Amino acid sequence: MAQHTLSVLVENSPGVLARVASLFSRRGYNIDSLAVGPTESPEISRITIVLNLEGHALDQVSAQLFKLVNVIGIQEMEDKNSHQRELLMVKVNSAGDNRSKIEAVVGKYRASIVSQAASSLTIEAIGSSAEIAALLGELSSFGIKELVQSGLIALENGDATLAERTLQETGLASSSTHSQTEDYQN
Amino acid sequence: MASEITGAQALVNALEDSGVDVMFGIPGGAILPAYDPIFDSKIRHILVRHEQGAGHAATGYAQVTGRVGVCIATSGPGATNLVTPIADAQMDSVPIVAITGQVPSAAIGTDAFQEADIRGITMPVTKHNYLITDPAQIPRAIAEAFYIASSGRPGPVLVDIAKDALQKMTSYNYPKKLNLLGYNPQIEPNSEAIRDAASLIAQSSKPIFYIGGGVIKANAAKELLVLAELVGAPVVTTLMARGAFPDSHSQHLGMPGMHGTVAAVTGLQKADLLITLGARFDDRVTGKLSTFAPNAKIIHADIDPAEIGKNRYADVPIIGDLGPIIKALIPAVKAEFAKNKADITSWWKQMNSLRQKYPLGYNEPSDGSLSPQYVIERIGEITGPDGIYVAGVGQHQMWASQFVKYEKPRTWLNSGGLGTMGYAVPAAMGAKVGAPDTPVWAIDGDGCFQMTNQELVTCALNDIPIKVAVINNESLGMVRQWQTLFYKERYSNTDLHSKRIPDFAKLAEAMGCVGLRCESKGDVDKIIKEANAINDAPVVVDFSVHRDAMVWPMVAAGTSNDDILIAKEMAPDWDSQEL
Repeated sequence: MAQHTLSVLVENSPGVLARVASLFSRRGYNIDSLAVGPTESPEISRITIVLNLEGHALDQVSAQLFKLVNVIGIQEMEDKNSHQRELLMVKVNSAGDNRSKIEAVVGKYRASIVSQAASSLTIEAIGSSAEIAALLGELSSFGIKELVQSGLIALENGDATLAERTLQETGLASSSTHSQTEDYQN
Repeated sequence: MASEITGAQALVNALEDSGVDVMFGIPGGAILPAYDPIFDSKIRHILVRHEQGAGHAATGYAQVTGRVGVCIATSGPGATNLVTPIADAQMDSVPIVAITGQVPSAAIGTDAFQEADIRGITMPVTKHNYLITDPAQIPRAIAEAFYIASSGRPGPVLVDIAKDALQKMTSYNYPKKLNLLGYNPQIEPNSEAIRDAASLIAQSSKPIFYIGGGVIKANAAKELLVLAELVGAPVVTTLMARGAFPDSHSQHLGMPGMHGTVAAVTGLQKADLLITLGARFDDRVTGKLSTFAPNAKIIHADIDPAEIGKNRYADVPIIGDLGPIIKALIPAVKAEFAKNKADITSWWKQMNSLRQKYPLGYNEPSDGSLSPQYVIERIGEITGPDGIYVAGVGQHQMWASQFVKYEKPRTWLNSGGLGTMGYAVPAAMGAKVGAPDTPVWAIDGDGCFQMTNQELVTCALNDIPIKVAVINNESLGMVRQWQTLFYKERYSNTDLHSKRIPDFAKLAEAMGCVGLRCESKGDVDKIIKEANAINDAPVVVDFSVHRDAMVWPMVAAGTSNDDILIAKEMAPDWDSQEL
């Protein structure tokens, strides 16, 4: 089992998420998590996909994704060259003397308690997939009443940006009015 | 400022400005606003009898002309009837644009009358698609649709337009420049890849050209002939590439694949280098993939990067348009050959021995009934290589690929990838519209013909005189063949009784065509010539043929190409071959 994180820049147009989801579904690629959101440009959205690529080559997945007309750029985000985070909110049973123990765990993971009720604490945590999994492992002994987790998001380290890289690769960076008029008329 | 026009008028103007001269369609409620300006347009609109016919006609037109085919339908069932031809065009990389009406934008999502989410439905079977609710977006969507359909790897694009967008007023501007951030097909190949390919070609002692339909799409048949003669290697043309290289050429081994020639199938298996141009290692060509061409290195040239490595690892991938690719390969190969060139004479000796020993052929039925292969062979011989041949799907399709001799690209049309029964009659109609001065023969089966023959009415009324050979074996013949071979001759639901009902000649007459019958070998030539002489009406010939004829050779589905059979339970005599 090989897990990969792909950052995908897409045009912010209706149906684009459905196109990506439909492609993954029909080609049999397994999505572990998905996060979609706006970017620095209002015309462009960014999808971060965590994939389990058993039996499929990453190149092939990227090439199929890139065939979608609305997909502008794709980059694999690796642990060593990017910052990757998930958001967790979890409601933990705090009955009895659990509360102080939970507070200790929360402190250890730099999480925070965002809401307190008679018999539960709601905790928010931001971390890598491994940190979130470890936190959940410790909290599970108290009894988890409810949890919600975001898809992973990732950003490349350093000065480089995916948008710049993409526009350079496709030759679009030099001209904002890139012309594709050649022979498109019937 | 230019005066405002309706969205419908903007649509028709944009179609005209995109160079459309003909479209196939049927009006209905949601698309009705567009049909009013169509009434005054210079675009010829051909009113078909079923939207599926419109879609395949657009495909046939596109395949013959190389231009974008256009079909148009209303919302809901009109649009869903286009799904099969759209999926067909996607599988065979045919550039078509489908225009559909959609319910008014305020009604979208309410399960309105004749509402179907055709953009959602066609997402997996189009190259791209649009839902337009703002009339100002119509010209750009149409311009982009034509550009996307016809550039890169061609394919179908659907533009779904809400009724109110057709009715509202807008100013019209046909975009002179498109700005598609995520779409920029690579045309020119990487020069390093060209050098690597040329070097492999010069080193190979068992090279073979594996030619796919991409050569025809790229209009690169002339360049291919030059390269093939320069290299001197054997050439095979897939089902989608028949006509890309002349059948009469001495280097041509025929079609590879499930029903390919022994020489073509074995040539791929035993080669040390596959020069793959515009082909996609389809399962019908490779057989069991893990045993395909086990000793071959692969040069894979394709305009679609996603085809590289999809089914088979490519040692040298070349991404780009096959025209520039082949043009670049020619001098690169010449330069390599000046340094060294491996000897391929013993390779040719093996291939020549195979094709002499195992030519395509068939046995005449022992009961004196008509042989389907003979009928198809004679249609090809009498009509000649200038004719256009359009097949349905099944046994007759394979025989039409095997026994008609193709010399030129765009003279052989069929549904290769999707395998759409019913393709032939409407695709032949579109082909004839695209090439009105060329004889167009639909070579159809009795099963296929009964799926889409209603378009003969369209042909009769619109002066589209196609010829249809119904190869009537009163069966779903290919399915019956599989039942013979793999289901102990249990013929479950493959008997169509079509020698009894319907009477194809009478049916043809009822639809305004000339209906002819042929039951004996002695009449075949006379009736084909009679059909060829009729140019003022469509002709249907009911060829009543032997039902037990089978398509050979055959590589059974899922088995290795090494297990090719030349007849039932009969493998080639490998022991006598030095391979």
